[in-house]
Amino acid sequence: MSHHDVLHPETLPAEPEKATLEGRNKYLGFWFFLGGETVLFASLFGTYISLRNSTADGPSAHDMFGLDLVFIMTILLLTSSLTSVYAMYHMKNNAFKKMMLWLGITGLLGLGFLSLEIYEFTHYITEYGFTFRSSAFGSAFYTLVGFHGGHVTFGILWLASLMIRNAKRGLNLYNAPKFNTFSLYWHFIDVVWVFVFTVVYLMGKVG
Amino acid sequence: MTDNANTNNVVDEYQKTKNKEELKGHLISFAMMIVATLIAFGIVASGVMGKIYAIPVLVLLAVVQVAFQFYYFMHLKEKGNSMTALLIYGGIWAAALTVTGLGAITWW
Repeated sequence: MSHHDVLHPETLPAEPEKATLEGRNKYLGFWFFLGGETVLFASLFGTYISLRNSTADGPSAHDMFGLDLVFIMTILLLTSSLTSVYAMYHMKNNAFKKMMLWLGITGLLGLGFLSLEIYEFTHYITEYGFTFRSSAFGSAFYTLVGFHGGHVTFGILWLASLMIRNAKRGLNLYNAPKFNTFSLYWHFIDVVWVFVFTVVYLMGKVG
Repeated sequence: MTDNANTNNVVDEYQKTKNKEELKGHLISFAMMIVATLIAFGIVASGVMGKIYAIPVLVLLAVVQVAFQFYYFMHLKEKGNSMTALLIYGGIWAAALTVTGLGAITWW
């Protein structure tokens, strides 16, 4: 069998993302990366928890945060986690077009989340004059939530380039691990958001 | 796994059914995550709980949700993922130490 035949079998194996050595290595390596990301976000969360009451007489979490917008953002991102599960389901069934459709929906939900976050930040800046420089709380808030938003932005760009590059390739053992890696990344972004809405918004509202 | 490279349709159907069952599990865990989210927002929006009770409950609900993401959506519960699980547990351990450390420094 030639190299090409190995990567393009007649029928896709049960776990196309882990059928090649490269795929397995990518999978393991990506979890290693996620372990590092966990520590990165932990330091930002720790910093935020330490500084969240240092408002320097500026606006506090309790003054500004509203639950409605954050709730919609949460539902958008949670749903996008499910749609990427659907995409991987279709990948395992070798249904390339359906996989691309669900990946597209995932990207759109991510865009929706990002737009609301930008709206939220603009709202704080224009309505409350709450910026990165307002207080230690401001710096910690924008760093933590902005870092998460940055990850969402990066994820959307990653997904878009994956979809464009592979649009005409179809599904094979070469690109299946790529799609799966993105899906893992996207779930992880959702995991981080669960803590953002709990620690920043809900606990901020409680006091 | 290599045996499956030349599967016939019978095995394919078997695989499809298996994938479908897996998807059902994912749907259930998604429903649980939504429920956890609703409870968390509900606690804060209604203000039924005092601060001392609300915060531990909120953190617990977040941990439950994350467990669903890791174990079901990210397949950690499946066999052959012990190394990947070890890597993320290492990250979570370091994360817990970081947050506890920073929290302790501020508190005292």
